[in-house]
Amino acid sequence: MSAISELSSLSRRKGPVTEEEKRANRRDNKAAYVFLLPWLVGLLAITIGPMLMSLYLAFTDYSLLQPPEWTGLDNFIRMFGDARLHNSLGVTFTYVLVGVPLQLAVALVIALVLDKGLRGLPFYRSVFYLPSLLGGSVAVALLWKQIFGTTGLVNQVLALVGIQGPGWISDPSTSLSSIILLHVWTFGSPMIIFLAGLRQIPNMYYEAAEVDGASTLQKFWRITLPMLSPIIFFNLVLQIIGSFQSFTQAFIVSGGSGGPSDSTMFFTLYLYQKGFGQFDMGYASAMAWFLLVIIGAFTAINFIASKYWVFYDD
Amino acid sequence: MTKLQTLPAPVQDPGKHGKHGKSRGGKPDDGGRRRESRGTLAFSRSARIKSLAKHALLIVTGALMIYPLLWMVVSSLRPNDLIFREPGLWLDSLEMGNYTDGWSALSHPFGHYMLNSAIVVIGSIVGNLLSCSMAAYAFARLQFTGKKLFFGIMLLTIMLPFHVVIVPQYILFSQIGWVNTFWPLIVPKLLATDAFFVFLMVQFIRGLPKELDEAARIDGAGHPRIFLRVILPLMVPALATTTIFTFIWTWNDFFGALIYLTDPEMFTVPVALRAFVDSQSATSWGSLFAMSIVSLLPVFLVFLFGQRFLIKGIATTGIK
Repeated sequence: MSAISELSSLSRRKGPVTEEEKRANRRDNKAAYVFLLPWLVGLLAITIGPMLMSLYLAFTDYSLLQPPEWTGLDNFIRMFGDARLHNSLGVTFTYVLVGVPLQLAVALVIALVLDKGLRGLPFYRSVFYLPSLLGGSVAVALLWKQIFGTTGLVNQVLALVGIQGPGWISDPSTSLSSIILLHVWTFGSPMIIFLAGLRQIPNMYYEAAEVDGASTLQKFWRITLPMLSPIIFFNLVLQIIGSFQSFTQAFIVSGGSGGPSDSTMFFTLYLYQKGFGQFDMGYASAMAWFLLVIIGAFTAINFIASKYWVFYDD
Repeated sequence: MTKLQTLPAPVQDPGKHGKHGKSRGGKPDDGGRRRESRGTLAFSRSARIKSLAKHALLIVTGALMIYPLLWMVVSSLRPNDLIFREPGLWLDSLEMGNYTDGWSALSHPFGHYMLNSAIVVIGSIVGNLLSCSMAAYAFARLQFTGKKLFFGIMLLTIMLPFHVVIVPQYILFSQIGWVNTFWPLIVPKLLATDAFFVFLMVQFIRGLPKELDEAARIDGAGHPRIFLRVILPLMVPALATTTIFTFIWTWNDFFGALIYLTDPEMFTVPVALRAFVDSQSATSWGSLFAMSIVSLLPVFLVFLFGQRFLIKGIATTGIK
């Protein structure tokens, strides 16, 4: 919640006014810019410079070998008619819109169960948190590839009860689901954030509700959920932004192809293939900016919608 | 999983903890202990059933989650053909062959790739610790023109998808001749591009009493001295968190290595594992699992060791 609430409150904050503060300002400037120097250089050379450069490249045809050639809106027109790109958008949207809510729901349920003074909390917390640290690795993606393979662990277990499972990853209708499941598997980090949030709800609210005879369910709907809504919002925003950028899992599980039949062709994977497989750098840049716009739009919608459901205590 | 999704939540906001800190007193670590005191006798029976059900749910979920990992460990100690037939965790014999085969399956021994990864990881940690703490000190303690604007930009870059900059970054680094070196992976860290850590440290420094700075200033200390002698020693929990997460994220980083490291000599662990799969027509899952486990081991150890730091981080900020 912090980075986000900080950002939205930034515009409301007033600058220094008193004469003394202004004098203090002047005194700190030199020191401040020395301390900020690495960050400022990075901002210009590693972030803003490349951003502007990629905006320029988005309007060019560029293959690294020849200098970029200005082609106007060509790349964007091409994107408009690129069926594989449309498919990759669909795959990515499905991943984000199914995976994120599912993962957050599991995280919330487990956090609620853990919160109520349970013995062994540190142990459980560790067990649930571990996958989210390992989930981004190539090793776990490879494990997933085996587990959901035709003769993988899942089908071996199913065979024990007499079911012959499909090749989850080789079947286009289930391959994306197995990657979504990998995302859900990493619910530990939002769970930890939920736990921290639950701890900040003052106990007196629950005590007052109990005096009034509220049921567990009422307490959840009327106290826990509203009080937790800023944290849910924070998790939602971060997870959506992050999930749009998922790459490693789809790349490893599909062997870099996005297959079978483009069913795991994430937008980022397609971008990688265009930019670094075919060195179609102009098109890849256009795609990257398109992704930025999509993520920006989703975040904006999130912020607008938050006015209707996120409750701020103070 | 991307970086954004593994944020180190526990230490996210020392300032916020302070707000309700008093009511939660000295046991910020243990969830609902505060609710334990009331009438344990009155509904002990139903409470016991409830807690039993909870434990059952947690154990089943936890086991389901951890089982694949355990199975991978066990399978790496099995003959290759059993991996496709044996879903259980029982080991008849201990087969170390997968480890020796896997270790030398690629053009270099696997240790070579681990060393490469270690170099990138150490460089990244040093870079993040230095550059992010400096920037954080300026944002948290100094007044300067453009502070609000820069701070806003810094927060925005946390959420910026790296795809937007990756193409020109690649062009830039390839023109300097840095492809197939570790520089493209380390130099950005020296320039505080992992803005998330800047924010984390800003939050932490804000929670430190300002009187300490002022006392040092009265004693005649300048900003470099206050930063090095007062703030930095107090920031150890935030620095530890940064170290741990930089370690894990960098060790797991696949995309950067995939783009910049194409020479097998320079491979880090994730790209080496991927090359392992590609190098064989029929993948030898046993040795692949073995090397996967070797590759996960450092992360696991850091997790075991680092958890204490994370929890301590919450505790110290909660008590204040």
